[in-house]
Amino acid sequence: MTSGSGSLAIRPAPVKKSVSVKASPEQAFRVFTERFDAWWPRSHSIGESPLKQAVIESKVGGRWYGKLENGTEAEWGDVLAWEPPRRLLLAWRIGVDWKYDPDLLTEVEVTFTSEVGGATRVELEHRHLERMGEGAEGARAQFDSDGGWGLLLRLFAEIAEQAS
Amino acid sequence: MAYSNAAFAAIADPTRRQVLERLSARPMAVGEIAAGMPVSRPAVSQHLKVLKEAGLVSDRQDGTRRIYAIDPKGLGAMRAWLDQFWDGALLALKAEIEREADPANGKDEDQ
Repeated sequence: MTSGSGSLAIRPAPVKKSVSVKASPEQAFRVFTERFDAWWPRSHSIGESPLKQAVIESKVGGRWYGKLENGTEAEWGDVLAWEPPRRLLLAWRIGVDWKYDPDLLTEVEVTFTSEVGGATRVELEHRHLERMGEGAEGARAQFDSDGGWGLLLRLFAEIAEQAS
Repeated sequence: MAYSNAAFAAIADPTRRQVLERLSARPMAVGEIAAGMPVSRPAVSQHLKVLKEAGLVSDRQDGTRRIYAIDPKGLGAMRAWLDQFWDGALLALKAEIEREADPANGKDEDQ
C-alpha cells in the first residue's frame, strides 16, 4: 500500500463547454429539456442495459434519469434549479465507481445567453468533481477492475479510433 | 476539432495507455515502468511528461527517484472522460436545436 498517496491526489478543475446555436434561448432551453431524449447520445448511459429513453422532469426536485431497455431505470440525479429560458442546474450523482450515490453532489450548470444575430450561447459547467473522490475508499479497487480504468481506457480507445 | 483536448490526445496513444495500465497497479519509478516494455526509458519519460501535463498522472520525489502514480481515486481519468462526454453531448444538442429551429435543415415540418 502507498500510505503517502494522498499527496498525489489530483484536484480536477471543472469541465467547461460552450457552443453557439442558431436559435433563441427559449428554443434552446426547450430542446435541452423537453426534447432531451431526442438529442442525448445513446452511448451516454450507465447501467446493465441499453438506454431506451432519457428524461428530465421539468421542475425543481424533478429527476433526470434513463429508462433502460430491460425495464429498469438508471438514476443520474435531480433538478436543482429550473429557470427557463436562462439557466438549468442539475445534480449529477454518479461517482467514479459508475454508480448512483444519493449522497454525492456534483453540479451541472447550463446557461443560455442571447448573442448578436439571434444566436444563443449554451455554456455548460460540470463542477465539484473532487467530491467524487471523497470517502471513496472503494474507488481505487473499482478503477483497478475492468469496469473502472479498463472501461475508461476502452472508451478512449474507441473515440480515438473514430476520430482518426 | 472536438477531440483535441490534452487528456484525449494523451490517452489516444497505445504506449501511453500501456503506461497507465502499469501504473494502475501501483506507483512506480520510470525504470520499473519501462521494464518489459518495447520502448526505451527516455521514451517512457517523454510519455510520462505528456500524461502529467494532461492531468492523468502525478509525480513526487522519493530520494533520488521520481515516483509516478495515477490519481488513486481515478479523478483525473474521470475528468478526462467527462470532458469528452460533454463535448459529444453539446454537439448533439446543437444539431437537434438547429434542426428544430430551421426546419429547412431537417425533416421537422411543424411551423
